Amino acid sequence: MQTVDSVSQDLWRALLNRGELGIHTGPLLARVRTSLPDVAQYLSVVYRHHPFTIDPEFSDFHIEVRTPKNLRRWLRPQVEFLIDGDSPFEPLPRDQAPALLEWGLNWSIAASCHQWLTIHAASLERNGLAVILPAPPGSGKSTLCAALAVRGWRLLSDELTLIDPESLSAHALARPINLKNASIDLIKRFEPSAAWGPMAFDTIKGRVTHMCPPKSSVQQMRDTAAPRWIVFPTYKPGAEPLLTPRSKLPTFTHFAENAFNYSILGELGFDTVGRLIDRCDCYDFVYSRLEDALEVFQWLAETLSESAEG
Amino acid sequence: MKPYGYSALTEPFVARMRASSQMEGASLSVWDHTLRLARSSNLIGRLATDAQDQGWLDSVPPQVRQHLVAAARLVAHQQQAIEWECRHLEVALKHLTIPVVLLKGAAYSMSKRHAAHGRLFGDIDLLVPRESLNAVEAALMLHGWSVGAIDPYDQRYYRQWMHELPPMSHIKRGTVVDVHHNILPLSARVVVDAPALIANAVPVQGTMFRVLAPPDMVIHSAVHLFHEGQLRNGLRDLFDLDALLSEFAETEAQFWPGLILRAQELRLSWPLALAMRYACEVLGTPVPPEIAAAALRSAGIGRASLAGFDAMYLRALTPDHASTRSLAVDLARASLFVRSHALRMPLRLLSYHLGRKLLLRLFKHTSRSAP
Repeated sequence: MQTVDSVSQDLWRALLNRGELGIHTGPLLARVRTSLPDVAQYLSVVYRHHPFTIDPEFSDFHIEVRTPKNLRRWLRPQVEFLIDGDSPFEPLPRDQAPALLEWGLNWSIAASCHQWLTIHAASLERNGLAVILPAPPGSGKSTLCAALAVRGWRLLSDELTLIDPESLSAHALARPINLKNASIDLIKRFEPSAAWGPMAFDTIKGRVTHMCPPKSSVQQMRDTAAPRWIVFPTYKPGAEPLLTPRSKLPTFTHFAENAFNYSILGELGFDTVGRLIDRCDCYDFVYSRLEDALEVFQWLAETLSESAEG
Repeated sequence: MKPYGYSALTEPFVARMRASSQMEGASLSVWDHTLRLARSSNLIGRLATDAQDQGWLDSVPPQVRQHLVAAARLVAHQQQAIEWECRHLEVALKHLTIPVVLLKGAAYSMSKRHAAHGRLFGDIDLLVPRESLNAVEAALMLHGWSVGAIDPYDQRYYRQWMHELPPMSHIKRGTVVDVHHNILPLSARVVVDAPALIANAVPVQGTMFRVLAPPDMVIHSAVHLFHEGQLRNGLRDLFDLDALLSEFAETEAQFWPGLILRAQELRLSWPLALAMRYACEVLGTPVPPEIAAAALRSAGIGRASLAGFDAMYLRALTPDHASTRSLAVDLARASLFVRSHALRMPLRLLSYHLGRKLLLRLFKHTSRSAP
């Protein structure tokens, strides 16, 4: 399969223009159409490691990002997201086109992929085992996820964790990591070699951009991982790192609240969350420095392999 | 002969939806197209339920199976959710001792009609006597439903001209109930005898609810389809009609002549005549030809006006989807939008209402966030 490096920029744009570019992201294939040059540019940077198929026979999603054809385009330019020719939400300001593509794809997965339990959480893998980081916005989940992903943990997903209800294994999407405001500068200092998409200002989330996922994470995106830890992170300025075990019962409710389709799956959702919590060690984690966090997660991974050996 | 203007792209899709068991050996590109159209015309639940019930779910390609499994789970959830919501409505409305009639999706589901098979639902629709409207609204508010923030113009638009309250959503569950006191707006040319519909409604066993009597259920489904401006769910609604007509033809004595008489009584012969015509033309519903002809006669639809309706509806009933969109379809849809509004309200009121909507659309600049 090809990646962006194997085609010219002209062909890349032409494929997007004609809606013939199918980007593989984990188990899913998204066919993308856009004639917006900044979106084509964005995709060629942050999806540079992802394999693609030209004019695939079957795609899971047919999506498009374009400027709406109305009078507003001369007053206050906007951009809209379409799935199967349908626009599920209101347009956003023009400079947020790349972010809208990512949010739109998240929405599409959460709204239709009930073959999995879909959780609003980041997830990463080490030695075949996965850590799940469910958290509300502002908890530092994505920052922590980005730091772990560039320091030896394999990125499964930044926003959406997909759990197979039968095997409980976690699927990888290995899509770009969405960072906001001060986190952007923090991660840029932490990993100067990372590649980034363009910055969007004045979104409802503030300043937003996306970090390119590490190449190795993308190359292994078809490998699933077995969930082993559930960690609820909280970023607290000046705090010393503190990892506290959680009891399973309250974790169940808190975790289920973070699953998009928990109620849609009904009994299966209840059962899946129950088995998942049963097999994972659950913690709260408060931190302020990324270096501390890396050490704590290193410890998590090591103590487990030791106890497995002993 | 092929009906005039019937889209070459949609025809195979409709044929596949009608005989979904033959989808088993379909190629991936056929599946790609079918799933997209099924999703955008809100029929994917039906396809998934067929796959489950007919036992071919496991023989389709794995990436297709995933989407059907997901859709089947959504159907199961929604059927359960409807029952659960009806129980909550029962708690809220029981003490009023008035007839409460379920309409459309909720009615098909609670009265276990074939039309509920694999159907995906929107909101719950209720029909209550007009004089009980205030009591119903108050009772629902006491139990957590509310109209929410709505501007005074919309408030007045609903209360003065429409046949329903503004949609009420539940503060905790987020579910939405539409309370109707008629099946057509008060401003419409034909004022429907709602008390007659309510008087004929039949009880749903084990609940406080009623559903419309079989002929009325068909007529309402037809009214809904042919007074609907956007036809977003046009094909889905036609499948509803197909299921209702086919089921009642089997179970009800003297169903067809009774249906035509009832439509005359209610002065709703034309939507019924068109419903029969397009269910027949598009889905092959077994309407006896002499009945279809009698319906057109009693609706006063001659050959010339029928050709006009065909030009609009055969196009507009194609699934709303980018790959089937053409100028002809867009024009047919636009003329239907104007027509449906003209049926709802007088022209002066209509132009004022649409003009206001257009202005608001131009200047509105709130944006909703993606989750």
